[in-house]
Amino acid sequence: MNNPSMAVIFALDALTGAVFLLTTLGVVANRQVLASLQLFIAQSLLLTCSAILLGIATNSLHLFAVAAITIATKTVLIPWVLRHTVSIEVYRTREIDRVLNIPSSLLIAAALVVLAYAVANPMLGAVHTPFAKINLPLGIAAMFLGIFTVVVRREAVPQLLGLLALENGVFFAGVAIVPDLPVIAELAAAVDVPVVALVVGMLTRRIHVRLGTTSVGRLIALRED
Amino acid sequence: MELAGVLFFPALACALSLSPLGGHGRAAPVTLAGTVIVFVLAVRIAIAAAHGTHVEAFGEWLTCDGLGALVLGLVALVAMTAALFSWSYIRIRAAHGDKRKEQNYYGLYNLFIMSLLAVPVLANVALMWVAVELTTLLSAFLVGFEDTPEALEAAWKYVVLTTVGAVLALLGFLILYWGSRIAGAAPFTWVGLVEAAPHMPPALLWPAFLLVLVGFGTKVGLVPMHTWLPDAHSQAPASICALLSGVETTTVLYVILRLLPVVGGAPTLDARPWFICFGLLSVCIATLLLVYVRDFKRMFAFSTVEHMGIILVAAGLGGAEAHLGAAYQITGHALAKSFCFFSAGSVAMTFGTQEIASVRGLVKFAPLSALALAGGAFAITGAPPFALFISEFLIFKAGIAGGQYLTIALLAFFVAVAFCAVLYHVNRMTFGAPHGHPTLAALPWSCKATLVVAAIPLLAIGIYVPVVLQNLLRAAAAAMGG
Repeated sequence: MNNPSMAVIFALDALTGAVFLLTTLGVVANRQVLASLQLFIAQSLLLTCSAILLGIATNSLHLFAVAAITIATKTVLIPWVLRHTVSIEVYRTREIDRVLNIPSSLLIAAALVVLAYAVANPMLGAVHTPFAKINLPLGIAAMFLGIFTVVVRREAVPQLLGLLALENGVFFAGVAIVPDLPVIAELAAAVDVPVVALVVGMLTRRIHVRLGTTSVGRLIALRED
Repeated sequence: MELAGVLFFPALACALSLSPLGGHGRAAPVTLAGTVIVFVLAVRIAIAAAHGTHVEAFGEWLTCDGLGALVLGLVALVAMTAALFSWSYIRIRAAHGDKRKEQNYYGLYNLFIMSLLAVPVLANVALMWVAVELTTLLSAFLVGFEDTPEALEAAWKYVVLTTVGAVLALLGFLILYWGSRIAGAAPFTWVGLVEAAPHMPPALLWPAFLLVLVGFGTKVGLVPMHTWLPDAHSQAPASICALLSGVETTTVLYVILRLLPVVGGAPTLDARPWFICFGLLSVCIATLLLVYVRDFKRMFAFSTVEHMGIILVAAGLGGAEAHLGAAYQITGHALAKSFCFFSAGSVAMTFGTQEIASVRGLVKFAPLSALALAGGAFAITGAPPFALFISEFLIFKAGIAGGQYLTIALLAFFVAVAFCAVLYHVNRMTFGAPHGHPTLAALPWSCKATLVVAAIPLLAIGIYVPVVLQNLLRAAAAAMGG
């Protein structure tokens, strides 16, 4: 951190991380399905920003590739896939009943963020990777919040967006801890994410057509007596 | 080049099934032919691996050692028998004569097989993760294939929960890569990780191990992440259940077992107590659920959770004998569980229900299915002369020799309770007094043929283990570390 441009990049990455966390909290805590999708796109853009900043700081071409892949798949391809598989009715849905109300969800979310720092700390103490100090705990926080979203939301599309936010969290940590992952692995992982969206989107459509609802949290035909 | 062929032929069979060439019901024989070729190639790889050769192709992008070859061979075998079972089962029960739907089934079936075969042969660990994730995504529509509300609910839970698990595991693998970079420039392969592990900071290796154990443990069906498993494994068509329960769980468990020598390389860490805890918890809860179960496909699904637990305990006991028991248990479980689902599918087809209480007097109405169901139940619960009896005996013996009395006592108790529970249910279905005259459907030829074909290896390896297979099992045990 001895040269000034490095300090600027570090500060910018911290800012990106903070806004990244806010968008993730938004995915957990709002009622509109469409707003959740927009927040996910914003979150993906912030992941791209962080990849570019770290790419400049570490002179890593891989990270520019990650940035390009993220823009292409998460801000263009996934929204397009979802628009074409899930009917517009689903996007207009306002989710009235959730497993937990929004204030309690946010309280738990805050606790999860603190937990993420506690989990990341021993790892950061063991090695010296400057940008990991910002990205690793925030990535883990987004991961916890994504899992929490899948648990508390009953609608199909918000559950899927929770899943994708969780994946973004892992990549947010990933760009700092493994800036040199082989490109073929990055490409393969990048192909995987839109396939998740496609499969879950098509499944949502079939559930909507067949059962007349996308409230997957209310499907309880299969359970132990 | 066998390794490349193992991935190429399912892709070819998929293309042929979906093309006009696969129309008019030709997709089923095309798929069966593809799986037979893959099985022959897998056997050749397994024989080479049994002789201690490290099979490689494409400049080390594809590799296979003893443990990989064992899993590869089992996947290829069950893929073949399940393709035979599908032939008439899918046409009658799921596609209802819809030719296009049948072609789609075989297209997805071949891709699913390919992703399963890719897991043990891809050398790069990141690519292996992608293959595991693809097994979920490609089988989602196979789980929901019958298009009933229950099947769609099961498919939803399956995809969402196992994908959450896979993403947790991904963070684990990224942290492993981080650690291996710090330790030096080792390649990101299992061999490279085992070499790098002693130089990795334990503060990285430990969370990476836990993330992969919990993340992929979800897909293996370890308690408490098992909730999706009985749903998916009971609602899918029987041929797919055989693959999901028989080999998909094993393929993912294989990845977790690969971490044993990696974590074992670090002087201050010990993964084995975690394996034993997760394993015993899975065996315990699955056994309790087995007692109260009402649906006979669900019963075999819970039995899968139980067996995954037993294998994990065996791996956690440590030592060459226990690991040999684990490798043998993996083999016995894959053969017996796929056979159980073929017989359960036959019974469900004959009676038109999966409820245990609605099936009575099977031996009178459908003697072949009755024989298969009873035989499968004995095989899966570890009765002699089947392979699981020998493998469980090996595991108990190794545990007692290692002084792990409490673990073995608990394990033996739960295995005994599970034995009684499964045989109680199956006994009532087979010999119970029938209520009235149920309307029965005839069992199509391919289901009957599968019950005969799949019984051969199941009976054979319990009675006689060929030298090649013995060597392969020892090589697989060696790959789990000492």
